[in-house]
Amino acid sequence: MLALLAQEVDFVRPAIDWHAVAPELTLLAFGALVTVMDIVWLERGRRLTSSVASIALLVTMIPIVTLALDGEDRVMFGGAFVVDNYALVMKVMFLLAGYVVVLLSTNYVAEGDYWESEYYGLLLSSILGMVLMASARDLITVFVALELLSIPAYMLATWRKRDLKSNEAGLKYYLMGVFASAIMLYGMSLLYGGSGSTLLTDINKAVSVDGSPSAIVVMGVIFVIIGFAFKVSAFPFHTWAPDTYEGAPTPVTAFLSVASKAAGFVGLLNLLFVGFFGRDDVYEPLIWILAAASMTVGNLVALRQTNLVRMLAYSGVAQAGYMLAPLAVASDVGDAALTATVTYLLVYAAMNLGAFAIVLAVARKTRSAEIDSFKGLFGYAPGLTIAMSVFLFSLAGIPPLGGWWAKFRVMEAVIEAESTSGVVLGVFVAVNSVIALYYYARIGLGMWAEDAPDGDTTPIRVPASLVSALAITIALTIAFGVYPPLVSEFDVTLLAGGLGG
Amino acid sequence: MDSWILTAITFVPLLGAVIAMAMPNDDELHKRWALAVSLVAFGLGIAMLFDFNYDQAGQLQWVVDEPWIDVIGAGYTLGVDGMSLPLIALTVLVMPLVFLYSWNHIPSPGNTKSFLILMLILETGMIGTFVAQDLILFFVFFEVVLLPMFFMIAVWGGDDRRYASLKFFLYTLFGSALMLLGFLALFFLAKDPVTGEFLRTFDMRELTDTAGAGIARSSQLLIFGGMFIGFGVKVPMFPFHTWLPDAHTQAPTQGSVILAAVLLKLGTYGFIRISIPMLPEAAEAWAPVIGLLAVIGIIYGALGCLAQTDMKRLIAFSSVSHMGFVMLGISTLTDFGINAAIFGMVAHGLITGMLFFIAGSVKDRYHTLEIGRLGGMLIQAPRLGWILGFTSMASLGLPGLAGFWGEFPAILSAYQPANGLPVETFRGYMVVAAVGTVLAAGYLLWLLQRTAMGEPSEEFANDPEVVDITPLEWASWTPFLFLIVLFGVAPGLIFEVTDPAVVESLNNCLQFENGCDGVADATTAALGG
Repeated sequence: MLALLAQEVDFVRPAIDWHAVAPELTLLAFGALVTVMDIVWLERGRRLTSSVASIALLVTMIPIVTLALDGEDRVMFGGAFVVDNYALVMKVMFLLAGYVVVLLSTNYVAEGDYWESEYYGLLLSSILGMVLMASARDLITVFVALELLSIPAYMLATWRKRDLKSNEAGLKYYLMGVFASAIMLYGMSLLYGGSGSTLLTDINKAVSVDGSPSAIVVMGVIFVIIGFAFKVSAFPFHTWAPDTYEGAPTPVTAFLSVASKAAGFVGLLNLLFVGFFGRDDVYEPLIWILAAASMTVGNLVALRQTNLVRMLAYSGVAQAGYMLAPLAVASDVGDAALTATVTYLLVYAAMNLGAFAIVLAVARKTRSAEIDSFKGLFGYAPGLTIAMSVFLFSLAGIPPLGGWWAKFRVMEAVIEAESTSGVVLGVFVAVNSVIALYYYARIGLGMWAEDAPDGDTTPIRVPASLVSALAITIALTIAFGVYPPLVSEFDVTLLAGGLGG
Repeated sequence: MDSWILTAITFVPLLGAVIAMAMPNDDELHKRWALAVSLVAFGLGIAMLFDFNYDQAGQLQWVVDEPWIDVIGAGYTLGVDGMSLPLIALTVLVMPLVFLYSWNHIPSPGNTKSFLILMLILETGMIGTFVAQDLILFFVFFEVVLLPMFFMIAVWGGDDRRYASLKFFLYTLFGSALMLLGFLALFFLAKDPVTGEFLRTFDMRELTDTAGAGIARSSQLLIFGGMFIGFGVKVPMFPFHTWLPDAHTQAPTQGSVILAAVLLKLGTYGFIRISIPMLPEAAEAWAPVIGLLAVIGIIYGALGCLAQTDMKRLIAFSSVSHMGFVMLGISTLTDFGINAAIFGMVAHGLITGMLFFIAGSVKDRYHTLEIGRLGGMLIQAPRLGWILGFTSMASLGLPGLAGFWGEFPAILSAYQPANGLPVETFRGYMVVAAVGTVLAAGYLLWLLQRTAMGEPSEEFANDPEVVDITPLEWASWTPFLFLIVLFGVAPGLIFEVTDPAVVESLNNCLQFENGCDGVADATTAALGG
């Protein structure tokens, strides 16, 4: 029996490049530390957890910096885990976004009368999933990373457990998320069945045969993309987003709308550019429709919102449409599409987190995220008003704020395709920018040009952690716009380049 | 003088704005500071006028060419030639006068500091647009103007300010989004005419030199169309003009003056600097359409004026009409027409800017701009009445004043448009435009008659607030009045500067078959002295 087993099992211990996985391990260690602190110290650990969490995120940057200085691409586990420039850039983005979310959470969670420590443990493990996603080049790794980032997020969304809306938020998010995972998993199983491998590079070889694709490949690709469409809240798979965003604690909403969406995009980029790159006849029409529909529907519905968080949810749907747009011409422009989407993700993270920071700051006084409660803000909080204007008009894409550069790269990519479909998508982006400006500018008008409701003009006390979060996001938003090379000098194009894309 | 001057004149106002943000909230201090900053820019402008090499007015001067966004090959490229010099001079002249006027005319709800900071940022955007020689840089400056203007109207505007400011913002953004698509298409399609290789550049000089060579005609037409909407909204051309009367009526006086004097010129400048030289073939195809919309604008604007009951709204509609003349001149694609157009831009900037100043002062005194309630200004405030009369005369194109040299040559140029354009059509436009001048005389004289002549209305007859021009108003208005006369009697001052640059920009297209063609050099020479 034993002899038989020894024959069957031909296990070779994979070589592990500890340097390459150092960021994940660091984050894992700190996540465990935060959880253990909670168990051991109970209430006494409360004060420390948020500091430990922010330190964790900063410390994790160190191995990323050393990896970047090293400059060498590292491949492990037969190609399932890759550390290249693209992965490093995305990891830094997730960590920075996570850091800002911790800053946003500090006062909110401490004052919220809910148990605090698990919050940061869950946050860290979700970020760990995202950091892992940036390196995942294998169906199983992608799926594990996706679940690792999603499951803690479901729980974070229900954080205010005595609040009905928060429960609704978490439940909706959970049900939709699981549904999406199931669809995606089904698609993955089809792809595995068709190619005999879970490695994306092998799948690419198997699906990229000339001639029309087999039904299994078509269904596999479509199901996987739909699974990610839920995650990035693209129309028509966005229905969870507004309710979840509204009900979840605002810092968690910020986290979902930026980091979680970005992680979905990173997974999608990995799959499209490594796994399905040769099958553009399948994914491009699908992405085209998703992109055009997301931006149009997202913007039109956002026009009618009265709650700022819901409006940001729908604007997030529209923004997902802009980010998808370059992928609809990926086969024609290759690297440019990847760069455009990554650029958009980076800029979007800065400006959207900033907008949520303002929502948090204002809600400290008004206890509301209704758009009307922002009226007259200029009268009693001019600093916050200017900051909010920067974020809103950056989201609208007005130069010289960061958003213009993101939108510019998207337009550049779709025009570069020199195809009718590309140009039409470019016109979609252009027209949608105008629609979007209407609701962004309307908030600006309310803040600047109207009177405060009830004439209540007591100033807002903004805690230090929120001020730091605002300082980081506003500096990045303006710097990206005035000097775009800051966000464009990264060479993130190895992914497609490696495939000759 | 080296290339630093263009960077300096562009960013001095912005720097001033940034410093002003850090300064304490003292209104008087901020007024002095804003005026001082704009005077520095004005001083730099004067220095440029002296240092400009007028023998080489067709060439870009003080060129700066630094890398900016390498990944897309967009550079920090600046330069000034005879086409942009008058417009920069106009901008740096208008701004200190506007700040001077602001001394005791800060519109409600106050907040002097923010108001002045926004105007300084606006100045950077306007100057930057005129000096940029890179399409992306141009685009960024073109858009930088939007936010300050939006807030000026939205916060300091009239009762309907929210509607007007949003409309202004949405219209212009719509145009510029399509314009950006056009720029991008140009970037990807432009080829070197000699080697046939893709240029992949946003450098306006290179794109002007290639003049659309190697781009399929259908693509050229579409690209021009995108830019046409972008610039046409800004001008504004009929049928994209509807934001203008609202924006002008609701904007504070300072905003209206800047809007009329400089902002509208960004659109026409875009046509002569970008659309036409870079895509001459498409320009030729579009020219009859532009001409048609221009004359519709002339007549429509004039008829609109006749129907207005609000003085400010009337002046706004007269802008639509006057910018129609400018666009008519441009649509002929002749150096004669485009020279007239640039002159028309400067003249319209001075005259209509002045009219909005007067409207602002009338509003201060009477607290209304309802034409029917005004009257007898010549009795109550004779100097104000006379200045209104003088400026109206200038606006209707009285020979000897600046307005004439924008209007008359523009009409004349339509008699003989560039080779390849339908001559009969343009002669038809000429006749219609000439009718427009009659209407202009009609509405301006009627305005004058109803507001300045006759007996003061009972309502205001003994109103102590209706006083004559104050010293401050004299100070900020005199330069306008002086220049209106000066350019009226010596139009060559502008024509001589612009002509070489205009010829140069059109010359580039002459290398190509069916390109635009200058035909009226002799006439220009005669007119320009």
